[in-house]
Amino acid sequence: MDAELITTELVDLDLAEHDRRDVVRSLAKRLVAAGRVTDLELFLADVEKREAQMATGLEGGIGIPHCRSAAVTAPTLAFGRNAGGVDFGADDGPAKLIFLIAAPEGGGAEHMTILAALARRLVRAEFKQTLTAATDPAEVAAYVRQEVAP
Amino acid sequence: MKFVAVTACPTGIAHTYMAAESLEQTAKANGDTIEVETQGSAGSAPLDPQVIADADAVIFAVDVAVQGRERFDGKPVVEVGVKQAINGAAGVFDQAREAAKAGPSKPALTTKVGANDRTGTKVRQWLMTGVSYLIPFVAAGGLLIALSFALGGYEIVDAPKVTDQFDAGSLQGWAALMFQIGSAAFGFLVPVLAGFIAFAIADRPAIAPGFVGGAIAVTVGAGFLGGLVAGLLAGGVVSALKRIRVPRPVAGIMPVVVYPLLGSIVVGVLMYVVVGKPIAAATTGLTNWLTGLSGTSALLLGALLGLMMAFDMGGPVNKAAYAFAVGGLTTGTGTSLQIMAAVMAAGMVPPLALALASTVRKALFTEVERENGRAAWLLGASFITEGAIPFAAADPLRVIPSIMLGSATTGALSMVFGVTLRAPHGGIFVLPLIGKPLLFVLALAIGTVISTVAVILLKQLKAGVPESAGTTANTAAVSA
Repeated sequence: MDAELITTELVDLDLAEHDRRDVVRSLAKRLVAAGRVTDLELFLADVEKREAQMATGLEGGIGIPHCRSAAVTAPTLAFGRNAGGVDFGADDGPAKLIFLIAAPEGGGAEHMTILAALARRLVRAEFKQTLTAATDPAEVAAYVRQEVAP
Repeated sequence: MKFVAVTACPTGIAHTYMAAESLEQTAKANGDTIEVETQGSAGSAPLDPQVIADADAVIFAVDVAVQGRERFDGKPVVEVGVKQAINGAAGVFDQAREAAKAGPSKPALTTKVGANDRTGTKVRQWLMTGVSYLIPFVAAGGLLIALSFALGGYEIVDAPKVTDQFDAGSLQGWAALMFQIGSAAFGFLVPVLAGFIAFAIADRPAIAPGFVGGAIAVTVGAGFLGGLVAGLLAGGVVSALKRIRVPRPVAGIMPVVVYPLLGSIVVGVLMYVVVGKPIAAATTGLTNWLTGLSGTSALLLGALLGLMMAFDMGGPVNKAAYAFAVGGLTTGTGTSLQIMAAVMAAGMVPPLALALASTVRKALFTEVERENGRAAWLLGASFITEGAIPFAAADPLRVIPSIMLGSATTGALSMVFGVTLRAPHGGIFVLPLIGKPLLFVLALAIGTVISTVAVILLKQLKAGVPESAGTTANTAAVSA
């Protein structure tokens, strides 16, 4: 059985940090704790490398820092919410919903379909609304899992 | 409107799919249809070529090079970044609508190969794609050479190069010019055949290796057969090269630089060192065998060439017989001129016979076939054997044996009658260049009648009237 895309421990509905790098680090630590990332610094460097290519902030208050990294063991999502917003470089302002997507290096196509399904949900208004309104981390994890289920 | 799109981003994890989703949702909201190929890490299912063909416009929402971009050649294209498709899909569709209105960028090369064809069909389609691009060269070159013979007589073959000597005031000068232009066109036959067989197999990157292989086939004396092999090799090699996964940043240069280069090296080495000589030997053997037959049994040779001419109506076998005949023209011996006459007469039989059959027994043919039949008169008279293809495609088991029977008869009779021909092409329009023209027409008429009777009998054995209009292919092409 593959690891779930997201679990309750990988959800932070009230991120304390306000800087992009701090937010990513905070969420990444949850990935390490969950055993999805083996090397925090390598993973953060890979995320930063991707971010340098083009900012991952999207209109509508979303940030999707992501990377493929050798430090990742399974396709995983860490989700964080920040009421004040974190600047991910989007034109229309800071991101309030942050999706940190971790993909293993050289993962097979089958593994990646779950991330593809996740990405598709990110542009759906309903998906964003549900995550904005959610109050319970377990509820968020269950909702995301159910949405990306094949 | 109908759209297709390709989405791709550097990591292939997030934006690729977000852009696809955004485009799909927007299309749905607008009442448009769209199919998106996501070139991301979850693998990508290539768009059906038919869907691409049907689309009004193509949207590339990409931050990296589109893989297989040549599939969209000739379509109106809008290219934007992935973020634009995610955040402003509506605007992207507006652009695409504008592009569709402006029309296609440029006409694209086409292939006869369908996506879902079976292997046997595919091989035939590869060869026919090559042949279809070959035909204009045969037409231009063949008719120019025939014209030069008509203007300047057969000795025009030995005229000095027009670059050394050209007299605009003399008919001989113009005849020599026509002959040398025609010869230049003929010089492309084998490379074009090889290049476009390769193209049919592995798309545009295979054209260069195919042409190069074809040119080498000519150099090593492997001729038409060598061209077939070179084309198949080039297609195979480039197909194999395309399977190698490459990092995204270099993917863009693969089709324009790497595949042509590596493909040409591999095909060139194989053609020069490995397969060229045996094929050349086989070609020489075939030629010698056919030439030997002409000494012992003119009748048998004529019949054999006739069978070859009718067998695939302009395909590889037909072209092999034709290449043999044209190859003899330059030697100028009496036998080779007889062979040329037999080959042309035999090649004219299939379309003429089907034109006749569809005229005298209309009920046995579909409406489409009857229309093709009217065109087939002219095609047959012009020695365009392909005129029979629509009929053979619809009902091969009845049509092909019938036309082979008639063509063999005509070929044999032409040889026995001793009819000669100096021109490599032209059909009834080069009658003045034919020795014993009345006997040529007689041989042609007998074979045509035999094929006509055969095809009518075979079709009557089949109960009822044909219901399928399975062919709309109106091949207007010059054959040999």
